[in-house]
Amino acid sequence: MAIPTDPLLVAASEAGEDVPPGVEELEVGGRGRLVLRRFLRRRLAVVGLVVLVVLFAFAFVGPFLSPWDHTSKDFAAFLEPPSSRHWFGTTQIGQDVYAQTLRGLQKSLVIGLLTAFVSTGIAAVVGACAGYFGGWPDRVLMWVVDLLLVLPAFLVIAVLSPTFRGRSWLLFVVLLAGFSWMITARVVRGLALGLREREFVQAARFMGVPSMVIVFRHLLPNMASILIIDATLNVGGAILAETGLSYFGFGVQPPDVSLGTLIANGTRSALTFPWLFLFSGGLLVLTVLAVSFVGDGLRDALDPNAAAARAR
Amino acid sequence: MTAGAGATAREPTTTDAAGPVLQVADLAVSFSTERGLLRAVRGMSYEVRSGEVLGIVGESGCGKSVSALAVMGLLPTSARVSGSVRFRDRELLGLDDPQLSAIRGKGISMVFQDPLSAFTPVYTVGAQIAEAVRVHTETSRDQAARRAAELLDLVGIPDATRRARAFPHEFSGGMRQRAMIAMAIANDPEVIIADEPTTALDVTIQAQVLDVLRTAQQATGAAIVMITHDLGVMAGVADRLIVMYAGRPAEVGSVDQVFHAPRMPYTLGLLGSLPRLDAAAGQPLTPVEGAPPSLVALPPGCPFAPRCPLQVGVCVEVEPGLDPTSASDHLAACHRSDEIEAGALGPADVFPVPPPVEPPIAAIPREERPVVLEVRELVKSFPLTRGALLRRRVGTIHALDGVSFDLREGETLALVGESGSGKTTTVNEILALAAPMAGSVVVLGRETSTLETSTRKETRRDLGMVFQDPSASLDPRMPVGDILAEGLRAHGVAKGQRRRRVGELLGLVGLDAGHVSRYPHEFSGGQQQRIAIARALALDPKVIVLDEPVSALDVSIRAGVVNLLQRLKAELGLAYLFVGHDLSLVRHVADRVAVMHLGRIVEIGAVERVFGDAAHPYTRALLSAVPLPDPRRERVRRRIVLEGELPSPLDPPSGCRFRTRCPLFVAVEPERRQRCVDEDPMGRPQGEDHLAACHHAELRNRG
Repeated sequence: MAIPTDPLLVAASEAGEDVPPGVEELEVGGRGRLVLRRFLRRRLAVVGLVVLVVLFAFAFVGPFLSPWDHTSKDFAAFLEPPSSRHWFGTTQIGQDVYAQTLRGLQKSLVIGLLTAFVSTGIAAVVGACAGYFGGWPDRVLMWVVDLLLVLPAFLVIAVLSPTFRGRSWLLFVVLLAGFSWMITARVVRGLALGLREREFVQAARFMGVPSMVIVFRHLLPNMASILIIDATLNVGGAILAETGLSYFGFGVQPPDVSLGTLIANGTRSALTFPWLFLFSGGLLVLTVLAVSFVGDGLRDALDPNAAAARAR
Repeated sequence: MTAGAGATAREPTTTDAAGPVLQVADLAVSFSTERGLLRAVRGMSYEVRSGEVLGIVGESGCGKSVSALAVMGLLPTSARVSGSVRFRDRELLGLDDPQLSAIRGKGISMVFQDPLSAFTPVYTVGAQIAEAVRVHTETSRDQAARRAAELLDLVGIPDATRRARAFPHEFSGGMRQRAMIAMAIANDPEVIIADEPTTALDVTIQAQVLDVLRTAQQATGAAIVMITHDLGVMAGVADRLIVMYAGRPAEVGSVDQVFHAPRMPYTLGLLGSLPRLDAAAGQPLTPVEGAPPSLVALPPGCPFAPRCPLQVGVCVEVEPGLDPTSASDHLAACHRSDEIEAGALGPADVFPVPPPVEPPIAAIPREERPVVLEVRELVKSFPLTRGALLRRRVGTIHALDGVSFDLREGETLALVGESGSGKTTTVNEILALAAPMAGSVVVLGRETSTLETSTRKETRRDLGMVFQDPSASLDPRMPVGDILAEGLRAHGVAKGQRRRRVGELLGLVGLDAGHVSRYPHEFSGGQQQRIAIARALALDPKVIVLDEPVSALDVSIRAGVVNLLQRLKAELGLAYLFVGHDLSLVRHVADRVAVMHLGRIVEIGAVERVFGDAAHPYTRALLSAVPLPDPRRERVRRRIVLEGELPSPLDPPSGCRFRTRCPLFVAVEPERRQRCVDEDPMGRPQGEDHLAACHHAELRNRG
């Protein structure tokens, strides 16, 4: 589609090259790139991201470095402290804590991050659409939210989990996420109601920008802070919720382990046999911390007023 | 109907035996911020005598309000205040809160800008005024209540005893401001500090409130310190004037001196950038380039130097003191004030005036140009409902009731009127491009009610929009490049072309093309509005709707944006639908004007006709309410002050909707009045390209 040029611009393009200097290297539609650059400027955020990547690598590559896996038992070593044979020590029945911790880390990282991502994502889209469109979409979506809010999530998951037993634990992620997005969705809807009336949204509407594009381009970035905080908190929350459910016999079941089950089993002997608890607990803290650093960095990168992310 | 001469014989009271009531000397206020010490006021001195009106003008952030709050002792404790504030013979700085409270309200009282937030919503207006009385004097409840009613009556609130029992939200903006003034004068203060008392109000209401302030002053004999950014208001109100810039007075003198013989380039710039109702149209304004400096870490030298065309070497090294010019009571802070005086330089001599631009299309007569936007008998009403559970309709707000106009290529049509007259509703109805409730909107020959989704989107290319406040209309989280490219993206322009167009657009509005990856908040207000204009231009529209495009900007920056709009119109052959309440500005930019009142256009026509020989009494009242930035003419001007405010659009008066406020209705013979009550006036021709909806337009000079 050609844009008709006006006399002034024709004059300008005759005078020199058609692109003014400085535009060449800068991208139009480059918000993503700009945010990335601003994110990379935040040292703590980058550290957090690196830690997360290392944790993932560790969780999935680490098990190959040790001859033990999370089910095997060493009958020559019960409750041994860390040694060169068992790097993180062993449990009461001779399981290798290193192998178990890494196996748990795999599960918890994926469950935690995925649940947080899915739950905040649903909340953002549902809330923003309800708030932006109003009318009957709003009413229908809010009915769903209210319905889910009054259902006791724990009971529903408990009732449903025998049906899912033996199937992929990814279903578990879906269940956890499916019951944790409603309150955020209500908050997001409130914000969207306010943003909908703002002039920049009207301007976009008058320019003919489609509604869903407005939701994703204007509404969600302007509530990024709350979404990121919500997602960050959800990571820890999901890992803990999974622990609680596993403790009652739903979710991750032995012989499989998660960080949650490991911590639950280890707390009793945290002071007497600290290796049972310290490694899994420490990794959980490290994960949540790294996620929150990344979240902070992302929030500052998206927020143009954050001084720390500005070019120096 | 008070159609009296607004010229009260006020001679500047330069000598007064009683001595000043309020003396401020070397006042300085600073705040600690994260970025460093913010020096909001840097050496302010003035004195006011009884019965005198001192005006303080300046742009936002120049320290005018902060200095007033410092006098009242109302600054937060984090502020560091030094210097001296003497009320009568008492030093106020350093007094503790209880001691100051005894003076506040009784000795010095204050009128705030926003009267809605100055009243507590849960008490009646009368009770709050009575409380102000009882705080300072021993009176019984009844006496105080009676006094409150008296005060409300004094400030011109009809049926004061009953209205005293009303709550603040039941008052309109103008009435609240009057009630605020009543509260301020409740204890016969010796000094009234009015901080932007009329900024939030319509011109007609502004004229009423200024009148009330004058009455209040005469009733109490108080000195008034009036703070505003509107030089025009000052011309008719103030005796002496302080022009502030970057926390310091830049020029001090009597109104006549400052308006007619300014000695400081900043004052010259402000005067030159004001559009005037009495000036010829089409003359470009003189813009003051740049923006006020940050008050954190001011560089040495004159703070105005970076924007000053008269800047010489010494200006950036030494900050000029506030020194007397040839007249001892006229002070100016400029190294070159002598030269300005010697050369009798005016705004146009100091600031470069861009050459006037004449659109090529202006050569073609209006009738032969194509109509780009046509609105016929547009109607819009909103249902008013009550009840939370069972909604029932209790009334209908007739926001628009038969609005018709057309806009031809290359011209500017201005919609003017008080707030609530339906200007914004008209604009929204047009931009919605949906089928109106009744009537029709035709954009470039396409009727909106019959548009398909795809043609509607296509039509959006031809309509641009610029909003009032650029900081609200630009997405704060989007870089400028994305903001400008948004419309292009929505209409499927390829990436490379988008990039080129964004660069072009930035150049077109006078911004650096390298700024694409900056966020809006990194720009000043004027630059932000330029970005908003660039966005409106992105799709190369034929019509741009401008909703008060400069009223949120600082005075010195407005002129630059206005000139830009004029230039773009000429170069790109645009048509503007300009919504505004600043009639001086409308006179400057518009080719045709439509005056709106209660959802109707009461008068429409060429700008020279409507402004030069207004036929509708409402237009005449609006025009006479506009302050002129010229104290001499302002003193002899006759002002038509409209009684009351806009009637409720829920239940408009029968017949002519203006008759309840109309001065002409009162002036004509009773037998003629009946027609106004019975018959709704239609637009009647008043000459070439000039319609007015008044039965008695030919008798207009009686009103």
